[in-house]
Amino acid sequence: MAAGSVFASVPRAPPVAVFQLTADFREDADPRKVNLGVGAYRTDEGQPWVLPVVKKVEQKIANDASLNHEYLPILGLPEFRANASRIALGEDSRAIKENRVGGVQCLGGTGALRIGAEFLRRWYNGTNNTATPVYISSPSWENHNSVFVNAGFKDIRAYRYWDAAKRGLDLEGLLEDMESAPEFSIFILHACAHNPTGTDPTLEQWRHIAAVMKRRFLFPFFDSAYQGFASGCLDRDAWALRYFVSEGFELFCAQSFSKNFGLYNERVGNLSVVGKDADNVQRVLSQMEKIVRAIWSNPPSQGARIVATTLTCPQLFAEWKDNVKTMADRVLLMRSELRARLQALGTPGTWNHITEQIGMFSFTGLNPKQVEYMIKEKHIYLMASGRINMCGLTTKNLDYVASSIHEAVTKFQ
Amino acid sequence: MALLQPARLLLSAAAQRHRRLAPAAARASSWWSHVEMGPPDPILGVTEAFKRDTNAKKMNLGVGAYRDNNGKPYVLNSVRKAEAQIAAKKLDKEYLPIAGLAEFNKASAELALGDTNEVIKNGRYVTVQTISGTGSLRVGASFLQRFFKYSRDVYLPKPSWGNHTPIFRDAGMQLHAYRYYDPKTCGFDFAGALDDISKIPEQSVILFHACAHNPTGVDPRPEQWKELAAVVKKRNLFAFFDMAYQGFASGDINRDSWAVCHFIEQGINVVLSQSYAKNMGLYGERVGAFSVICKDVDEAKRVESQLKILIRPMYSNPPINGARIASTILTSPDLRKEWLEEVKGMADRIIDMRNQLVANLKKEGSSHNWQHIIDQIGMFCYTGLKPEQVERLTKEFSIYMTKDGRISVAGVTSGNVGYLAHAVHQVSK
Repeated sequence: MAAGSVFASVPRAPPVAVFQLTADFREDADPRKVNLGVGAYRTDEGQPWVLPVVKKVEQKIANDASLNHEYLPILGLPEFRANASRIALGEDSRAIKENRVGGVQCLGGTGALRIGAEFLRRWYNGTNNTATPVYISSPSWENHNSVFVNAGFKDIRAYRYWDAAKRGLDLEGLLEDMESAPEFSIFILHACAHNPTGTDPTLEQWRHIAAVMKRRFLFPFFDSAYQGFASGCLDRDAWALRYFVSEGFELFCAQSFSKNFGLYNERVGNLSVVGKDADNVQRVLSQMEKIVRAIWSNPPSQGARIVATTLTCPQLFAEWKDNVKTMADRVLLMRSELRARLQALGTPGTWNHITEQIGMFSFTGLNPKQVEYMIKEKHIYLMASGRINMCGLTTKNLDYVASSIHEAVTKFQ
Repeated sequence: MALLQPARLLLSAAAQRHRRLAPAAARASSWWSHVEMGPPDPILGVTEAFKRDTNAKKMNLGVGAYRDNNGKPYVLNSVRKAEAQIAAKKLDKEYLPIAGLAEFNKASAELALGDTNEVIKNGRYVTVQTISGTGSLRVGASFLQRFFKYSRDVYLPKPSWGNHTPIFRDAGMQLHAYRYYDPKTCGFDFAGALDDISKIPEQSVILFHACAHNPTGVDPRPEQWKELAAVVKKRNLFAFFDMAYQGFASGDINRDSWAVCHFIEQGINVVLSQSYAKNMGLYGERVGAFSVICKDVDEAKRVESQLKILIRPMYSNPPINGARIASTILTSPDLRKEWLEEVKGMADRIIDMRNQLVANLKKEGSSHNWQHIIDQIGMFCYTGLKPEQVERLTKEFSIYMTKDGRISVAGVTSGNVGYLAHAVHQVSK
């Protein structure tokens, strides 16, 4: 081992695209630069925003001399788990009343997806059945694929979702893929504010999707990273998830509180498990404990405390909903302002998808050449897919971004 | 496997049954009918039983967390001060990089190796922030599974921390053991360890507890570490150090990391897991680090890029709160000084309790040799008590510990050490 090294052949891995984009943005000295890349909320001044309710609660926690830094239970802070699931499934959730809902506190939405995936690989459709197909929307958040591959699944497939031609949902393709999927396949569904397209099924379309999934015995694994953030209303953003639960599905829902609480770096997530009855859910949770114990033992306490404190106090809860609406409203405003400018400029193409899409992201429809122009010539940073983060728009940079898109679209086809 | 009937391959027996049922019955059955109830955690079970006990004199010696002399959790003053400093800065909550807080990573490596270490000076290492010690071990195990092409075999000391096995196994490695604890002496089976290690297939992975071995409290002496390093080098073994108690064992951070530094000095490029759960009392904040000592900077960069590829699909990026506290303490001279004093204070109290327990056992009139209680180090102590004696301690005296005779000395106070000595004498005389 003296001369060579055991890691001599370890190749340099490519950086994660979205983080490289932000790194490039930081290096850029151009004063006009705009970051429409990574998905984090920004104020109209282009600054990160610590929610006022979070500041208040952190102060409360800091002043509470009875709190310490002891370990949480393996499955997390009980008040967090119960209330997080309650937020997802609703105040009057029958499933919760019937005691057939369990929560696992995880490290953000990613952690919840990973724990859910590890459990499914071990216990779904048999035991250790790595061959169960996992369907991920085309396109999707790029980390979905890695999560399920690393959990051991061997057959990851795409289901049609985005129709580039009509800039909307390819419902026909989606349903066809569900009809032809092997029974018992796992489907990753975005609960709302689809990332990266911002295109969600309508209520009617969700009903149709649920009916097919029920008939084909497909397993719904919801990814809910934007509850409240999409429409401004918690209940509205949870409609699809709750509909599936009311239709009798057993399902998983990975919840993230990164965006709707602005707690990105505290890593606050919850894996909600809905089962047929309490006994099944208890056994599932006991096995979740074993999985968690070998990955991180028990989850971090700070973020969960903030969320639990907020959700269990009516006044703070109301304040939080208000903060969430503030964020959602600003995004909606930027959407309508951007669309209006593009239409006023007469930018070739149709731009109503900007306001029809929902949540943080928009699939602009810009092609790679146009994206390259935006980045290199205009110092406006967006993903190669044409995805923009609406939060990166401000009243100050709207004109510049709109005119730049106009240039890109007219210069390159 | 045959390509016949591929659809059938995908359908487990349970799934086929599920599908054969009439729609109503299928809806009524569950995907999880075959999921077994997981076995209860042995250590948690101890705490559960302790909680239910109404005896005023009850003692919980299962707890793996430090307690002060009043039996209460201890939030370090240096931690409180760091928290106040951080709060005053009114920082945002933006995502950390995948590898975590850079200042923390650097400070963590320097704490382990000393800031004048050649490895640090040459930058031939990578340190990533992890979810405490468990997260560090899992990232390390996963990295070895993917990139250590020479072996799948990991050798743990016998016994080791119970969670080592599931961590390495879930990461895809195979577990084996080398002799470590000698129940006859309640000490280190040095000859047995050397013998076993010298027979481990070359280029296997071998795990060492850097200090304060869990669960036995038995550590090799420096001369013994030297010989262990020599045989590891001779057999070309890959050394994985788990350091969860730096500072907490002897009270001296340099002394506690001596073995790690010695191996590196001998030219062994180790990997290292660190935890700040105990030495900073940051248990629930999940503060840890994983380091890979590399050949050079280029290798360190390549390794770092691959560690990030492993971390991203686990939890994307680590939690900030604890790492910021640790980093603030390690990089502020005043806070660091205060922290070192507090860590020494915790270690000293543990050592004091060990001494008092033995003194009290002598006072009780015990004729056994209890020297191992003083010789062992760190939070835990392998008393040498047998399961039947442990059961009596629990049933007759409401003293709770694990069946292997392990006690957490952290649960002992000057107020209850006499009671403990009395009880131990009763069951062992």
